[in-house]
Amino acid sequence: MLRTALALSLAAGVALLAQPALAQGTLRIAMTASDIPLTTGQTDQGGEGMRFMGYTVYDALINWDLSSADKPSDLKPGLATAWAVDASDKTKWTFTLREGVKFHDGSEFSAEAVVWNLDKLLKNDSPQFDQRQAAQGRSRIPAVAAYKVIDKYKVEITTKSPDATLPYQLAWIMMSSPAQWEKVGKNWEAFARTPSGTGPWQLTAFQPRERAELSPFKDYWDKARVPKLDKLVLLPLPEPNARAAALRSGQVDWIEAPAPDLVESLKGAGYKIVTNAYPHNWTWHLSRVEGSPWNDIRVRKAANLAIDRAGLKELLGGMMIPAEGFYPPGHQWFGKPSFKLSYDPAAAKKLLAEAGYSPAKPLQTRILISPSGSGQMQPLPMNEFVQQNLAEVGIKVDFEVVEWNTLINIWRAGANHDSSRKATGMNYTYFIQDPFTGFIRHLQCDLKPPAGTNWGIYCDPEMDKLFDQIRTTFDPVEQTKILQKTHEKYVDDALFLMVTHDVNPRALSAKVKGFVQAQNWFQDFSPISMDK
Amino acid sequence: MLTYLAKRILYVLPVALGVSLFCFLLVHIAPGDPLTSVLPPDASQQMQEEIRKLYGFDRPLPVQFGLWLWKAVQGDLGTSIATGRPVAAEVWRAVGNTLLIACLATVIGFVLGCFFGFVAGYFRGSFLDKFASMLAVLGVSVPHYWLGMVLVIVFSVQLGWLPPGGAGPGGSASWKWDWEHVSHMILPAITMSVIPMGIISRTVRALVADILNQEFVPALRAKGLMDFGVFRHVVKNAAPTALAVMGLQLGYLLGGSILIETVFSWPGTGFLLGNAIFQRDLPLLQGTILVLAMFFVGLNVLVDIVQGLLDPRVRRR
Repeated sequence: MLRTALALSLAAGVALLAQPALAQGTLRIAMTASDIPLTTGQTDQGGEGMRFMGYTVYDALINWDLSSADKPSDLKPGLATAWAVDASDKTKWTFTLREGVKFHDGSEFSAEAVVWNLDKLLKNDSPQFDQRQAAQGRSRIPAVAAYKVIDKYKVEITTKSPDATLPYQLAWIMMSSPAQWEKVGKNWEAFARTPSGTGPWQLTAFQPRERAELSPFKDYWDKARVPKLDKLVLLPLPEPNARAAALRSGQVDWIEAPAPDLVESLKGAGYKIVTNAYPHNWTWHLSRVEGSPWNDIRVRKAANLAIDRAGLKELLGGMMIPAEGFYPPGHQWFGKPSFKLSYDPAAAKKLLAEAGYSPAKPLQTRILISPSGSGQMQPLPMNEFVQQNLAEVGIKVDFEVVEWNTLINIWRAGANHDSSRKATGMNYTYFIQDPFTGFIRHLQCDLKPPAGTNWGIYCDPEMDKLFDQIRTTFDPVEQTKILQKTHEKYVDDALFLMVTHDVNPRALSAKVKGFVQAQNWFQDFSPISMDK
Repeated sequence: MLTYLAKRILYVLPVALGVSLFCFLLVHIAPGDPLTSVLPPDASQQMQEEIRKLYGFDRPLPVQFGLWLWKAVQGDLGTSIATGRPVAAEVWRAVGNTLLIACLATVIGFVLGCFFGFVAGYFRGSFLDKFASMLAVLGVSVPHYWLGMVLVIVFSVQLGWLPPGGAGPGGSASWKWDWEHVSHMILPAITMSVIPMGIISRTVRALVADILNQEFVPALRAKGLMDFGVFRHVVKNAAPTALAVMGLQLGYLLGGSILIETVFSWPGTGFLLGNAIFQRDLPLLQGTILVLAMFFVGLNVLVDIVQGLLDPRVRRR
């Protein structure tokens, strides 16, 4: 009897220990988005969509490691435990899948589900094809040519040409549950209301444009990431003042992107402002079409030396990281560029004089900017600041101000397109989290519009060679070295006017505990708890 | 009467067609691309063309309009490009939400507007008139956006009396008529009411001044009626016009206010329109404008019919 009782109490103790610590409150977050991001898998609303509705409810085959605030995030196994490229055919990849993973609806994740999800995006005539998800996901996996099931836990993906950046591309692709889609009548709209992924959170309530409620998925495969909170509530509050008021009145506990002029008052009222570097940059993308003044490296270098980045930081109340390159300083791909982005107007003037310009006989040019937009920080005062800096050394800039969505379309069309209105540069902010979005898409010769987004129509065989090496170097350590070399060339050739990086600010109530702000566009909400 | 009714309803058809064509063209003339809301920014132009075909935006505009109209007359306003949800359901839900605050704003605006208007008109030239007129002018000219934010700062942030936004603790779907939910309506409704309040106040002031100059007023006084009795007659005479103006204001308020609903995150028609505009969500934009326009047309027909019932001269025109 005693032994039975002991065994029972021991079993109960073990069960208690195995249970993740729950009942740690509700976290209410005000997002900057104006709607709840798409809930079906491939989210909309850019990085914010993936942050709140992608990596919460879903997993990719390969996930981002969001556990550290101290170093830039890297990839880590997600629904795939291992992946390798075929030694004899570098276009063939085999992914070994994690066994025993369940979707929120209880169905099992398998190789069939991976193929089903890729068909959802890439195969227009598949029953599960979803044009909204295809629009979001298709451009994220440009390398994928074919895929097939090898066995229950193995998938083969073939790329169009050897491409070592495939793992980064796949980190975008979220796996939705085929069984749940069948269960809700093979209808994505119905699936959107009751979605099912394999992620640490499951959607328990969803009201379009108003709120979404997520609860922990207790059977999540990564026990270390089972959420501590009871509930996560997401509210779309696009207006920055409304977000701040919601925080200060206790309606929410966390706001994304507080306006810089509100930061001090929020700090004074006892709220925590958390910031960190992340792969974002705020640049002027320079046109390299014939006749552009930026074709002269002396002009490009002079412009980069003319910017008082410390002064700009003061203007933004400290909410920026001054650019030292195209990537934020400290990034694993930064390398050792020899061209230092210091503030040196005298050197800038000298270089411009060599190129035939001076404050008396300035270079006159036109730049496209936008009054606001995703990741644009404070574009009007910042651009005016840069304009003043450049004027001081002999570059007179006129702005052509267009609305953000129009600017995106101009960017897709290319600097030689009529819509660019003979501008020789545009202020653009970039998501630079992986080799393709960070480097390749901006400058590869055959990615000139309409094939890609090489807006400046830049083409340098040497750079293309580096891009080829990035794609064909399958050893991560070696690949990192080439990425560093690429970054060195970006900086040493002064290919962009590199100004600053955002710090991803968010304001949190003092009750929010355990948040680790990863150096990433996405974040992990699992370790967070709320003080009573 | 039946012929009159049929005529009025027939007139609706060209108006409805005109409105739909106009809003269709307007959203296509405006800069920007509906696919912007659907595609990630780094999707190439080639990819854009591929997706454009999937959504049917590669077809000629008349074909697109014809298809949209054909579905619209069957009650199907299409699905939102950005969310894939049916437009009709989104619009009706938003109209319901806006009705809540619009009705409350109408009541506040009407009561205060009439009060200030009658006082100003009855005591014309006095300090009371100047004070009431100042409030009316303030109401018409104060920027909504600013007033909304000031009210939030005072009543939500500083005093903590009222919530700063949203449609209740669980959103509009779980709306209940209890204080927890109703408290969310108060600040947006007050902000929304200041313009109708100003307009009604000025209209009523002018009406009262006009009525006081009519001959029956001295006649009433000559018959020995005291101030209050005279005032009662003035109110009776001014009421129909004031009500008509208020009806018109309710029509405007139904359209919601993009700014007010954005400041208060109130999920009404203004908030929906704002989202549709920023996301270039053409079906949602077209659907919302069409439904709101039809509301106006419907209200006008209703007014015409009521007028026809009350005044036979209108029917004969």
